[in-house]
Amino acid sequence: MLADRMQQSGLKRPPGRAEAQIFHLSFPADALSVRGALRAALARFLRQMTPDEAGTLELILAEVLNNIVEHSYADSGHGTITLSMVRDRRGLSCSVSDDGVPLPVDCLTRADDDTDRPHPESLPEGGFGWFLIRDLAEDLGYRRENGRNLLAFRLPLQPQA
Amino acid sequence: MNLYAEARAGALVVRVDEERLDAAIAIRFKDRMREICVQPAPRIVLDMSRIEFLDSSGLGAVVAVMKALSPNRRLELAGLTPNVEKVFRLTRMDSVFPIHASVEAMLSEGVRDAG
Repeated sequence: MLADRMQQSGLKRPPGRAEAQIFHLSFPADALSVRGALRAALARFLRQMTPDEAGTLELILAEVLNNIVEHSYADSGHGTITLSMVRDRRGLSCSVSDDGVPLPVDCLTRADDDTDRPHPESLPEGGFGWFLIRDLAEDLGYRRENGRNLLAFRLPLQPQA
Repeated sequence: MNLYAEARAGALVVRVDEERLDAAIAIRFKDRMREICVQPAPRIVLDMSRIEFLDSSGLGAVVAVMKALSPNRRLELAGLTPNVEKVFRLTRMDSVFPIHASVEAMLSEGVRDAG
């Protein structure tokens, strides 16, 4: 549909790339809906990524979305998550928003400090999420605006042949 | 949650017949593993070769299964696919578990050790 509209409006596509550019989805904040959203988002961009890049994207998105289900909406099963992704020349630009409780300020800053990283010897069962996001995503940013959480990040992708 | 357990060469091999070990099934996985681990094998080998995707909830569940075992028993992992291996590597949890390329490789190691 996007392709039709682009043709109708006379927009030129970059040569050699007849691929998806945009993904946008709102879905309920529960674990099974997160699965469905991941499947849909991955399917949209799969042909533009290496298997390794696809694995990285799915992991970052899963950690971000699961955090929202479990913490922002406190596993209530209520609430909506909105995921938007845009493909540009350098990779994927992603933004995620929800109406849950504010993200604790130390979630992002603490992940900067390696001393807070869960130690394997202590057999941690959690606390990995933000470190994984931090390790894998670029330009990670957070803003609280009008009662909404807005999280944005980028995933660089190898230039396509 | 599809788990299949069988005794092989003194180890209890548990095959996870799921493509994802994620937040949606982490708790069920822990519960089912707790039931399976009632069998008194000293080694429990988790065959993860079907799992294409593991998130930190799935990782936490695997750690929880190990912690629930008595100290004289251990949990080993086999057949990690690339995306699953990456999560263990990034979190450095690959230093905590014995990891085998596959269940078959693990069994032939056992034979070599015995010889």
